[in-house]
Amino acid sequence: MARIELDGLAHAYRPNPQKPEDYALRPMTMTWQDGGAYALLGPSGCGKTTLLNIISGLLRPSHGRVLFDGRDVTDLPTEARNIAQVFQFPVIYDTMTVHDNLAFPLRNRRIPEPEVRSRVAHIAELLELTSDLKNRARGLSADMKQKISLGRGLVRKDVAAILFDEPLTVIDPHMKWQLRSKLKQIHNELKLSLIYVTHDQVEALTFADQVVLMYDGAVMQAGTPQALFEEPEHTFVGYFIGSPGMNLLPCTLEPGNPDGVQIGNLSLPVDAHLLEQVNAQSDLTIGIRPEFLGCSNTLEGASSRNLPATITRVDDLGTYKIVTATLGAHTLRAKLPEDARVVTGPGFLNFLTGQTKLYADSRIVR
Amino acid sequence: MIKTRNNKAWFLVLPVVISVAFSAIIPLMTVINYSVQDIIGPDQKVFVGLDWFKEVLRDPDLHGAFLRQILFTLVVLAIEIPLGILIALSMPAKGWKASLTLVLIALPLLVPFNVVGTIWQIFGRADIGLGGHFLASLGINYNYATNPLHAWLTVILMDVWHWTPLVALLCYAGLRSIPEGYYQAAKIDGAKAWAVFRFIQFPKLSGVLMIGLLLRFMDSFMIYTEPFVLTGGGPGNATTFLSIYLTKLAVGQFDLGPAAAFSLIYFLIIQVVSFVLYTIIQRNSNPNASKQVAQ
Repeated sequence: MARIELDGLAHAYRPNPQKPEDYALRPMTMTWQDGGAYALLGPSGCGKTTLLNIISGLLRPSHGRVLFDGRDVTDLPTEARNIAQVFQFPVIYDTMTVHDNLAFPLRNRRIPEPEVRSRVAHIAELLELTSDLKNRARGLSADMKQKISLGRGLVRKDVAAILFDEPLTVIDPHMKWQLRSKLKQIHNELKLSLIYVTHDQVEALTFADQVVLMYDGAVMQAGTPQALFEEPEHTFVGYFIGSPGMNLLPCTLEPGNPDGVQIGNLSLPVDAHLLEQVNAQSDLTIGIRPEFLGCSNTLEGASSRNLPATITRVDDLGTYKIVTATLGAHTLRAKLPEDARVVTGPGFLNFLTGQTKLYADSRIVR
Repeated sequence: MIKTRNNKAWFLVLPVVISVAFSAIIPLMTVINYSVQDIIGPDQKVFVGLDWFKEVLRDPDLHGAFLRQILFTLVVLAIEIPLGILIALSMPAKGWKASLTLVLIALPLLVPFNVVGTIWQIFGRADIGLGGHFLASLGINYNYATNPLHAWLTVILMDVWHWTPLVALLCYAGLRSIPEGYYQAAKIDGAKAWAVFRFIQFPKLSGVLMIGLLLRFMDSFMIYTEPFVLTGGGPGNATTFLSIYLTKLAVGQFDLGPAAAFSLIYFLIIQVVSFVLYTIIQRNSNPNASKQVAQ
C-alpha cells in the first residue's frame, strides 16, 4: 500500500508537444492518499486510461514523475511496481483452473507453495470463489471472470494499489451492484488504495471517497462526491455530474447594477462581491442544479429571485418530478418533490440563494 | 420449433447438387465402378468383387509407400508446426517491417508446385545448383539422385520451405487477434516470456494450429508434384509416396482396377484422419457444447 503522488505529470503521444491540445494528458500534480478509494471519472477519450496506464507502468509518461510513498517509480517497469490492475474485459488464463489463475502471480514470484495455497484460499473466500476453485476458468460467467482478475491482484501481499479500468463494462446490470458492493467491502476490509476508472457517474459517486473528474486530458475538479455536486468548479463538472446536469444560463453584467446580471432581458440578483471579481470581457454563466431550482405556477411571496418562465413539460418519475421550463431562449430543468403541484403553462422559477453559482469563462467565481 | 414445409427449397439447392454431382459424386462412382471390375479391353470387363482391394492391401510395394508416406507426414508436421509458431512469434507486429515480412514469408506459397520441384532440383545439383555446389565445396558428397538419405533430406527441406509459411501466417493472424489486455495483465502478474507463451499465446493459438495441422496433414499426405519433379520417386523407391505409387499404378502400368481400389482406400484414410482432427477443432472452439452432450 502506498501514497501515490503525481508530480507535474503529463503525457503526449507525439514528440515535442507545444499547445495544450497536443497532450493526451495535460500537466497535473496530485496526491492520492494511502488506503483511499479514488474514482477517475470522465467521458470516453478524456485521458483516464492513459493516466491509469502511467500509474501501473504500462505507459511511460513523457513529462513529470510518479512517486509511490515518495519513491520515484517513473522508470520502473510494471512488474517492479507492485500494482494490480483489473481491465475492462476480464483477462483469465483459459487453460488453468480458478485456483491456478489466482496462484499465477504468486508462482511467478516464486512464493513457496504452502503460502500460495493459504493466500489463494483466503482470497477465494473473500471473493466467494471457494466452491469454484477446482473448475476450469474458461467456462465461467463474465462477473466470475472479473472476480478472478481482481483476485489475481488481491493475492499479492505487497500491492501498492489496485487499479480498475471500467471493470463493470461487460457485467450484467443486476450483477453490477453486487460486484460493486463486494469491491467496497474488500476496500473496507483490506484498506487498499483503489483507483477506479469509469465514465459512469453513479459508479464513481457511490464507490469513491474522492472523485477526479477529467475532460479533454485535464483534471476539471478533484474532490468528494458532495463537493462535485454542490460546488462544481467548472461548468463541465456541473453539466457532467448529476442527472439531469446543472442548468447553465449565459448572462451578461447589468449596466449600472453592481449586484445583478442580465439573462436575456430579465435581471437576476448576484452577490456584489462576486461580480467585483469578474472583468468585463469574461463570458459569464449562471449555474444552478435542478435540485435547487424552485418552480411553481403562482408566485409565493414576491422576490427578485423569482423569474417568470413557461413550463413546457412535467415528467413524473415516480419518486420525484422533472419540470422543463423555458426562460427566454433557454431551457431549464427543475427536480421537484413528488407532491409538487405544477402544471404546464406560465410559471416562475426560483433561484435559491447560495446554490446559484456564477461562472466566468467556465470557472467558478467565489 | 416450427418447420416450414416448402418444396421450392429443393430448386434452390439444385445448382449445388448438380455441380457437386459432376465434380465429386460421378467421378467417385466411376472409381468405385472400376474398383470392382477387371477391365481387360474395350467392352471387355469382368466383375471381380473385392478382389482388387484384397490384392492391393497385400501389395508389399504399397506397404512400403504407405510407411514412407506416414514417416514423411510426421516429419514435416513435426518440423513445420513448431517452426511456423517460432517464425510467427518473431515477426514484427506492426509498421512497414510487418508488411515486408509478411510479403517475404508468403512468397514460397505463391510458387506453383512443379516450379518448387524444379527450383530444388536445380538448387541441389552439385554441378549447377547453388546448394549442391556449396555442399560439395564443403567436401560433402551430396547427391539426391543416388543417395536415398540425401533424397529424403532434400524432399523434406523442400516441403518445409514451401509450407512452413502457411503455418507461420496462420499463427501470425492468431497472435494478432489476442487483445493487448492479456499481455498487460501478464506483465502485472509478473509472467516471464515463456509463461506468456505457455498460458496466453499457445492456448489462444490452438484453434488456428488445429486448422494448420489439418491442412498440412491433408496436403502432405497427398504430396505428389514436388517429389515427382525432384526425384521421380527415386532413387529406387526411396521417395515413392502414396500418390506417386498410385500414379505409377494407374498411368504407368494402366492397372485401373487396383488403382481404383487403392484410390478409395487412400481417400478413406484421409477422410478418417481429417474427421478426427475436425472433431477436435469443433470441441476446442465450443467447449460448452461437448459438456452439454456429456451431461
